[in-house]
Amino acid sequence: MKRLNCFILISVLAILFIPALAGAQEKAGPDLKVMADTVWVLITAALVFFMNLGFATVESGLCRAKNTVNILSKNVIVFCVTSLAFWAIGFAFMFGEGNLFIGLKGLFLIGSDNSPATGEAYKGIFSSLNWTGVPLYAKFFFQLVFAGTAATIVSGAVAERIKYFSFFAFSLLMGALIYPIQGHWIWGGGWLSQLGFKDFAGSTTVHSIGGWSALVGASLLGPRTGKYGPDGRVNAIPGHNLGLATIGAFVLWLGWFGFNGGSTMAADPQPISLIILNTNMAAAAGGVAATFASYLALGKPDLSMLLNGILAGLVGITAGADGATVPGSIVVGLVSGVLVVFSVLFFDRIKVDDPVGAISVHLVNGVWGTFAVGLFHREVGLFYGGGPKQLLIQIAGILAIAIFSFLANFIIWKIIQKAMGLRVSEEEEMQGLDIGEHGMEAYPDFSSKP
Amino acid sequence: MKKIEAIIKPFKLDDVKNALTKIGVQGMTVTEVKGFGRQKGHTEVYRGAEYKIDFVPKSKIELIVPDELVTPVLETIERSAKTGKIGDGKIFLSPVEEVIRIRTGERGKEAI
Repeated sequence: MKRLNCFILISVLAILFIPALAGAQEKAGPDLKVMADTVWVLITAALVFFMNLGFATVESGLCRAKNTVNILSKNVIVFCVTSLAFWAIGFAFMFGEGNLFIGLKGLFLIGSDNSPATGEAYKGIFSSLNWTGVPLYAKFFFQLVFAGTAATIVSGAVAERIKYFSFFAFSLLMGALIYPIQGHWIWGGGWLSQLGFKDFAGSTTVHSIGGWSALVGASLLGPRTGKYGPDGRVNAIPGHNLGLATIGAFVLWLGWFGFNGGSTMAADPQPISLIILNTNMAAAAGGVAATFASYLALGKPDLSMLLNGILAGLVGITAGADGATVPGSIVVGLVSGVLVVFSVLFFDRIKVDDPVGAISVHLVNGVWGTFAVGLFHREVGLFYGGGPKQLLIQIAGILAIAIFSFLANFIIWKIIQKAMGLRVSEEEEMQGLDIGEHGMEAYPDFSSKP
Repeated sequence: MKKIEAIIKPFKLDDVKNALTKIGVQGMTVTEVKGFGRQKGHTEVYRGAEYKIDFVPKSKIELIVPDELVTPVLETIERSAKTGKIGDGKIFLSPVEEVIRIRTGERGKEAI
């Protein structure tokens, strides 16, 4: 026994000292910045990946029990599909070398690339990402989880009535075409980035683009059966599990620290600390503002609105998390929280049925967050003496994305509608999509409620 | 033997059960039910849209008691389920012809 202890002690000492000795002998040590940046990018990417769970629980919680399996399935499959589509096509269209409107090289990630070399030293076809010193696979994975987020936004707005495989087809085209082409304009060296359009972590690139798809999809689908009375009155269709929805909101909030914090794609201590604090404060302010907005407008502090308010604050600060001050982020979040409440009521009134508020959270606040950069950016914002120039560029970007998104989504949704239909039968909708689309129930041991 | 059915407010169930066991009741069946009486339903608001809850959740207690326990049981339920507000519920009393304990085959009062 004693001999064994002795042996363990020697082994431990050896393990501790040998690398130190070896390190002392090496001429060029490992590049610590590349290591730190890569670890940061991959960990934050994993946080963003985790947001898929947040979307799954928020959406299933805010919908009815009879559609739970369907909603969960959609949220799972969307990331699977996006992973394949973005690897095969999307990443090349978004970041590959090309023209001002689309990237053309790098299908299947094939092509020359000497990452983690940066700047002038970078030689390869993804020069739009030459500002970050991490390996290509880390760049791809980080961008992939963003593409997945954009695609999954749609799922909530079209919930409880869309055919499963029609949604599958849309996700594929979203990850391969809609998201990457517009993404190229903003992050891939395209014309909006040349113009000076600022969208740090994607209020527009991820959230508005996802939100536009959601808006067009939900409009073409029409409202859920029973959402409007014969006299046009809005009927409430309460979500079946606000506990799940709350878990989801916290998961998304957590994931957002990766979403914004990781968008530096470098572990730079000062910027990432500010960004994460800004992100948190905007979310908190959004929650407070939505609570009071719903209390004043609706008579009660509605929990689902509080959750939407937090997410709205997060979307709102995403474009400017690097450029805003902490007080600026709080103001952005407060506005987001108010906007989201009135936006939900507005879309209900114009008969665009969005069961989870995805359009109000992602589109409306994606636009607001992008606009807010022109106001709250520490250097170029209107409120900080930067004049109106940035604000005008932001508006141009918002409009360009609005027009292209609207057209592209309309065409793609229409093609899917013609080819395979969008909506399940009314009978299936009544019975629940769980049985109709998947042949199973989420809660088979509970008695069901219409 | 009599059957007593009482529809009460769910949050009063524990009080009623405890009060009944205290006076010697040895068993009961409880069901979660929904319905309305004069209380009617109430309206709730979800994301800005009002909706009406027509059927209010209630608890239904069923118990079979020997004749001598009928009056104390009725009084106990009445006392322990009462809040004095609308929606306290109702008690129904009806005769029972036979009771059989399946395990032993006992019949009548012995089987209760």
